[in-house]
Amino acid sequence: MGKIDIPKGKLEEIYYKMLLTRLFEKKLEYFFSAGMLHGTTHLYIGEEATAIGVCCALDKDDQITSTHRGHGHCIGKGADVKLMMAEMFGKQTGYCKGKGGSMHIADLEIGNLGGNGIVGGGIPIAVGAALTTQYKELDRVVVCFFGDGATNQGSFHESLNLASIWKLPVIFICENNLYGMSIPIENHMNIKDIAQRAKSYGIPGKIVDGNNVFEVYNTVLEAKSYVKQNGPILIESKTYRISGHSKSDANVYRTKEEIEQWKKKDPIKFMKKKLLEQKIFTQEQLETIEKQAAQEIEVSVEFANNSPYPPLDAITDDVYA
Amino acid sequence: MREIIYAQAIKEAMCEEMRNDPDIILMGEDVGLYGGSFEVSAGMLEEFGKKRVRDTPISEAAIAGCAVGAAVTGLRPIIEIMFSDFITIALDQIVNQAAKMRYMFGGKAKVPMVMRTPAGSGTGAAAQHSQSLEAWLCHIPGLKVVVPSTPYDAKGLLKAAIRDDNPVCFFEQKLLYRKKGMVPEGEYIVPLGKADIKKEGKDISIITYGRMIPTCLKAAQDLEKEGISVEVVDIRTLLPMDKETVIQSVQKTGRVLIVHEAVQTGGFGGEIAAVIADSDAFFYLDAPIKRLCGLDVPIPYSPELEKNVVPTEPEIKAALKRLLI
Ligand SMILES: Cc1ncc(C[n+]2csc(CCOP(=O)(O)OP(=O)(O)O)c2C)c(N)n1
Repeated sequence: MGKIDIPKGKLEEIYYKMLLTRLFEKKLEYFFSAGMLHGTTHLYIGEEATAIGVCCALDKDDQITSTHRGHGHCIGKGADVKLMMAEMFGKQTGYCKGKGGSMHIADLEIGNLGGNGIVGGGIPIAVGAALTTQYKELDRVVVCFFGDGATNQGSFHESLNLASIWKLPVIFICENNLYGMSIPIENHMNIKDIAQRAKSYGIPGKIVDGNNVFEVYNTVLEAKSYVKQNGPILIESKTYRISGHSKSDANVYRTKEEIEQWKKKDPIKFMKKKLLEQKIFTQEQLETIEKQAAQEIEVSVEFANNSPYPPLDAITDDVYA
Repeated sequence: MREIIYAQAIKEAMCEEMRNDPDIILMGEDVGLYGGSFEVSAGMLEEFGKKRVRDTPISEAAIAGCAVGAAVTGLRPIIEIMFSDFITIALDQIVNQAAKMRYMFGGKAKVPMVMRTPAGSGTGAAAQHSQSLEAWLCHIPGLKVVVPSTPYDAKGLLKAAIRDDNPVCFFEQKLLYRKKGMVPEGEYIVPLGKADIKKEGKDISIITYGRMIPTCLKAAQDLEKEGISVEVVDIRTLLPMDKETVIQSVQKTGRVLIVHEAVQTGGFGGEIAAVIADSDAFFYLDAPIKRLCGLDVPIPYSPELEKNVVPTEPEIKAALKRLLI
């Protein structure tokens, strides 16, 4: 890897947000194992460099659509973890007033058009958001996140085609973590690289190392100006999900060795190593950032704990505008 | 007979039928090694192999359509759609293709397939993983729609569904998967299109199905202590509906409460009410026909909200008492 040419302030933001995502989910993991949380969640541990690298390359006005595994996307786009934590606890003060939970966190004001419980559900929505952008001649892009498994949905293919013929400013980001739930990618498609799928729609397909946040960031920065001029692009970010698919997953479909191998490529450790090697930050400076992130998570837990549950009569609110 | 859970009963139905008929296959997301999202097919891959227990990509439209094509050409596919909310993606093939082929082609085709899918709220999975959409499919002639409420019924009805030469939509109840019940080891069938009286009574009838059965039975047992005799009718097959049993029950008791988890507006309860109102049972009614259903909202995440969005036991008891005043 060459010299890191990303401004120091940006690097600090990236490191902080990756840590925040990791620590947020470590808390969730603990709360679920202690039976303190309801429902389920899909952890992003090991994949943080993708969401954070992508989102930190975006401007506030740029928009994203997220997935069932969306905590990183939220934090990357600038979500307040207090409100995320409160949502996880089903509290009134949460992002969705306790009605959405882990999979449906949205913050339209900062351009997060929401997580999605439907695999592939967000892909055409990103195309629609890009249509608004083009129609109103706005200077922004839409990033559409989805997994490798989602690229087998009709919605993926229909959306790429539509975005392509209308030249809409969408960056399609496939988070290829090698599995769709229990199905390894080689059992669910006959190609090696998902980036290849771009070809059918006459758009560029790129591959990035999804555990290398510098590469992810720089690629998206470039893609932004490309899509504004030329229409969509597909970026395949190769990464790995260290955590199980969801709360209930015995990991029968993969080996411990494989997981251990990937743990060595932990994107947070990788970033830290590079920042120290290139003497951009000192050990102490990084530790300060680490402490701040841990502190912010503690505050979010306290906030969630002290928040009220929604009142029962809120059940029927917000069905219609 | 021995006690097994609902999920196990469903698996037994599939396994027994697959042992007897080599044309039956199971397809769906993570149904193989993973054993299905709710472990319904755990172990089936080992017994039947990859040829017959087929993991698919995340492609509900293709899963459903592939089943239609296979069914019309000689296989008897069972598909699992991981959550019933995702049938939306499969529905073109189910509604426009599977349901209509036989009629459109002048009776020349048959489409023997089963779409199994877990439904309902109560697991904290929120709005896109908790719906009860069975009424949609009841609007489609050519389909059969089944919602089993006990392990016994689940096994017997699924075997009937697999043997049926029509597309059957089989809505499994997530909250019942781990519930136990007596189930024969050997061969039996619960015919499609027959309701079942889960508890006899003479003062008032509850017409219901699925996950609401245990809740209604508890409410009925409680009221028994207060001297109120409640009959609980389990519709079991929504389409085609066993109108006779419903009408007879209402004629006997003169009062009726219809209960379901699905949202009220456009729900199957409206159809049940209309069947009663359209029949001779109308003249036996001593009180208006009442419905107690899910609120007309998406399913919320927060636990207390989620619990209260569907009919609860106290609400059922209160509704029964109001009808008896
Ligand atoms: C339409 C639909 N089908 C199936 C599911 C169940 N499901 C949730 S996540 C998932 C795997 C998704 O794989 P991928 O798109 O690769 O994303 P990852 O989970 O690996 O991040 C499945 C099958 C769903 N939520 N929606």
